[in-house]
Amino acid sequence: MECNGIRAAFQSKHPGFRFASSRLLYLVIAFVMTEPRKAVALISGGLDSLLATRVVMDQGVHVEGINFFTGFCVEGHTHAIRKQDRAKPKRNNALWVAEQLGIKLHIIDIIDDYKDVVINPKHGYGANLNPCLDCKIFMVGKAREWIEATGFDFIITGEVIGQRPMSQRKDTMPVVSRESGADDLLVRPLCARNLPATLPEREGWLDRERLHDFSGRSRKPQMALARQYGFEDYAQPAGGCCFLTDKQYAVKLTDLWQTRGSRKYDLDDIMLLKVGRHLRPRPHFKLIIGREEGENRFMEGYRKRFVHMLPLSHSGPLVLLDGAPEPADLELAARLTARFSQGRDAQQVTVQVTDKDGGSQTLEVAPLPASEIPADWYI
Amino acid sequence: MSSRQLDARNLLCPLPVIRTQDSVVDLQPGDTLQILCTDPGVIHDIPAWCRVHGHEVCNVEQQDDEIIITIRVGESG
Repeated sequence: MECNGIRAAFQSKHPGFRFASSRLLYLVIAFVMTEPRKAVALISGGLDSLLATRVVMDQGVHVEGINFFTGFCVEGHTHAIRKQDRAKPKRNNALWVAEQLGIKLHIIDIIDDYKDVVINPKHGYGANLNPCLDCKIFMVGKAREWIEATGFDFIITGEVIGQRPMSQRKDTMPVVSRESGADDLLVRPLCARNLPATLPEREGWLDRERLHDFSGRSRKPQMALARQYGFEDYAQPAGGCCFLTDKQYAVKLTDLWQTRGSRKYDLDDIMLLKVGRHLRPRPHFKLIIGREEGENRFMEGYRKRFVHMLPLSHSGPLVLLDGAPEPADLELAARLTARFSQGRDAQQVTVQVTDKDGGSQTLEVAPLPASEIPADWYI
Repeated sequence: MSSRQLDARNLLCPLPVIRTQDSVVDLQPGDTLQILCTDPGVIHDIPAWCRVHGHEVCNVEQQDDEIIITIRVGESG
């Protein structure tokens, strides 16, 4: 920006101010020239946002990361729940990326605001209950609010044209920019040269020639760039990061909405959909059956909110009864509980039934044979 | 210098990290925060979050299924 441009820009923000001397103007220019621009990067924990951020950092921009927690994120809590996963490294990939880049990461809880995106997606769902385009618009919109509140200059995402069938197409990428309100403050460094120049490029904050022109589903350009930067242990590119893309999870969420008669959920609902076997023998209640010790322990934290069952005569799962089971349903539920216990082949299993106010009784039941459990009970 | 405690028990990651982040906003450099947790993921995640924000992990203690992490707020927090 030339001297007169800087003078005009400064005076538009400070009406009435006049530079007393050329020296003062030059000092302001020197400050403008040396103060690094600031960008926030949407960090998912995957390779693309890692690379996009690094590309912009290489141009001297100060970058901080932002990561949104919707409640549907796959990593983290799922690893913690299942005992069999406890031996695996339990790193948070977004934090790992921030460490690799040496940037701050702000993790934002958007559980409540995100409900409207899941329940009423303007642009519809993908293959399952994944509202990917609305999700991207929402997150970039949140990032726009964040930069406005913190005085940052622009937003970075790791999007690549053609990478995803819904949110990363040539025709939908402008939709994300426009509907999020970010407009030309949204930079996609990995495919920027395939898109119109953004404000940071036009203003010279970023050199467009040093951004990339990736497109399509191939991961080879990203992998080559990762090698160039020496990034090795990044999260697998093909790994999904959202339960809403999971077919089985979507079936369970649909069942929850249908049986409750409204498309609502809270955090506990969507967490419990991630654990256990879910069997619905009657429309008005279902069983959530812990599959192993880790899940049983996790479900322990919820048991006081549900009628729940536990085999006493044999080791077996904690079972939560979700919905409104009637007294006549308890024997069937107890027989199912026995079926998934170590006593499945016994003549009789003792099952403890505890109601929500803590009162309990025991039932002596014969485990329900597998042949008497219709396939459509399994959600 | 002040010391505070945060109860993040029965929360799964990244919620304990988010609650820690929210608590640190109200603290001054040098203050300490003791975080009570049950999700083993915090053993990795809270120190990682501290490293990227310049806070110090003073102590990590594990008692049965409970984890207590004490952090000291850094200058750039």
